[in-house]
Amino acid sequence: MITAERKPIEELIQSVKPYRSILLAGCNECVTVCAAGGRKEVGVLASALKMHFLKAGKPFEIQEITLERQCDPEYVEQLASNLDQVDAVLSMACGCGVQEVARRFHNKPVFPALNTKFMGASERQGVWSERCQGCGDCVLGYTGGICPVARCSKQLFNGPCGGSSNGKCEVDPNVDCAWQLIWDRLKALGMTERYEENLPAKDWRPAGGAGPRRIIREDMAL
Amino acid sequence: MENFEPVILAFCCHYCAYTAADMAGSMRLRYPPNVKIIRVPCSGKVDAIHIMKSLEKGADGVYVAGCLEGDCHFKNGNGRATHRVEYLKKLLDEIGIGGERVEMFAMSAGMGERFAQTATDFTEKIRQLGPNPVKAAPQNQRAAG
Amino acid sequence: MKTASTLENILASGELAVTSECGPPRGALPQKVREKAELLRGCVDGVNVTDNQTAMVRMSSLAACILLKQMGLNPILQMVTRDRNRLAMQSDILGAYSHGIDTMLCLSGDHPRFGDHAMAATVHDIDSVQMIRMVKDMRDEGLFQGGEKIDGPPKMFIGAAANPFADPFELRVSRLAKKVKAGVDFIQTQCIYNVDKFEKWLQGVRDRGLHQQVHILAGITPMKSVGMARYMKNKVPGMDVPDEVVKRMGGVPKDKQAEEGIKICLETIERLKGVEGVRGFHLMAIEWEQKVPEIVERAGLLPRPDGLNVGVQNVRGGKS
Repeated sequence: MITAERKPIEELIQSVKPYRSILLAGCNECVTVCAAGGRKEVGVLASALKMHFLKAGKPFEIQEITLERQCDPEYVEQLASNLDQVDAVLSMACGCGVQEVARRFHNKPVFPALNTKFMGASERQGVWSERCQGCGDCVLGYTGGICPVARCSKQLFNGPCGGSSNGKCEVDPNVDCAWQLIWDRLKALGMTERYEENLPAKDWRPAGGAGPRRIIREDMAL
Repeated sequence: MENFEPVILAFCCHYCAYTAADMAGSMRLRYPPNVKIIRVPCSGKVDAIHIMKSLEKGADGVYVAGCLEGDCHFKNGNGRATHRVEYLKKLLDEIGIGGERVEMFAMSAGMGERFAQTATDFTEKIRQLGPNPVKAAPQNQRAAG
Repeated sequence: MKTASTLENILASGELAVTSECGPPRGALPQKVREKAELLRGCVDGVNVTDNQTAMVRMSSLAACILLKQMGLNPILQMVTRDRNRLAMQSDILGAYSHGIDTMLCLSGDHPRFGDHAMAATVHDIDSVQMIRMVKDMRDEGLFQGGEKIDGPPKMFIGAAANPFADPFELRVSRLAKKVKAGVDFIQTQCIYNVDKFEKWLQGVRDRGLHQQVHILAGITPMKSVGMARYMKNKVPGMDVPDEVVKRMGGVPKDKQAEEGIKICLETIERLKGVEGVRGFHLMAIEWEQKVPEIVERAGLLPRPDGLNVGVQNVRGGKS
């Protein structure tokens, strides 16, 4: 999923302060799963902002809505009726959702309520970690199912570096050394001979090196 | 202000604090009538939004009372509630309402005295803090919010 | 001979090679480079010039290499994958060679997290193994990494690092094998304090015959004090300092610790001199360059062979 974290409340207060009424829009997808921008988080943030402005004696109205998805125009369209009544939108979706709202409603200011972080998996309750950088040319088949691009601090395709210590990365003792994980997997799979196949320099074009990326499915596109 | 009678909400776990409140009653222990008890099946059932809405609607203080550590009927609901209260304390500090208006307490079903003492102490603390600043705002604004 | 590198000449002759290093200054004063480098004249066959070591901004390795070259020394250009993409690396390699710099070391580099620009973006376009391959193809195939022909290819003698002490230990020989496969010519190892472990690694290297495909220079760093020993043991990632070494440093009075540190490194050199697969020593006297001549002399590694002078005559003065 795409993971995110709420921005500091002070930053959010500053973004919406100039307005009398806002729409706080959550998203039912990834940010709900990582408890950053779903219906519950919309409720808590709306309540917090209301209380803050009440205390400050500033007139402030806030409407709450949580869309099925904020990255799809069909769902974003549902905001149309609410938007007449508000001055601005505070989006609790990932950066994709914020931009989709901005694209559809070009005359309405849209602010992000979250910092979009990474594509990751849930490690355990309340902990998410990065797993994929969407580099566009997956090498997981060569590396035992562990990604050196997203999980090695130096993005080594031929690791580990000299800083791997007791299975941990030199950059952060809480982070596993990706190449230790890769090696352990290759051993478990009986594929250790794979290790000495040098992976060649990566073509970064599919990773975004050739500018913003698109997928066009001829069979689906209208 | 001298007549300020705080409104306190206490989310009490059915397996401990709520029973402790009963116990306090049967022991004829006095505790302030300011404390309105809401029975929940587990302190872990109390979500951030419940506490936030309580304050938004005008409660002066809110506390969650769950089982002693390790005694949760649902394994670790009390631990979750503790973390949530910690998170909300920070959020309430950040928005200027004050984190000290929410609290987490732990007690067992047999602790009638502790229940009464907790209710008394917390009410006194909130009385000292004064009314929830949200209530100071003009009524028309609150309605609009 | 693949190159005109003095280091290659000496290694090819079978003599034990000696290299050392010179960290460029945190400022634009060329005199600082010259002062440090001058200390090493005549006692080493090559001087590594570090590339923003420990991820702190310093004078560029290339610029400092040129200063050394102008002094008639043999600089070894260190280059890390952290700060440059393959365009910048290749252009710097062309530039270096145009100044007669013919020996380099391919590294991934310390992570910015350890330096004074932790907020910087890392590049890591290619890794050190891929860089070795790139430099080799530039030299042997006359091709840029992108596949186009080079008009006047740089003939670099290619080095890399190896850390026999990092984890997982069982992978350390294989990692070297990857670098050998990529085309590395010489290796400088991480500082050796745990000599037993180093020898165990070397045994693995010999078992696979890798020592016949690459020249291994054993990394030696004299310790100034017990404090430094403790710091290296506890704070430097990938460093293996056994307790005995710390104890031994701590066992002598403070004013004798520096001498004890030098004794330890001389003993290590002595022990490794005759070991098959050790082709020389890389002395990293961190901010203690003035001790290098003494160490080289006491280790019985002086005088240095004529290769040094050969190297000076071979300066191509921009004609590549």
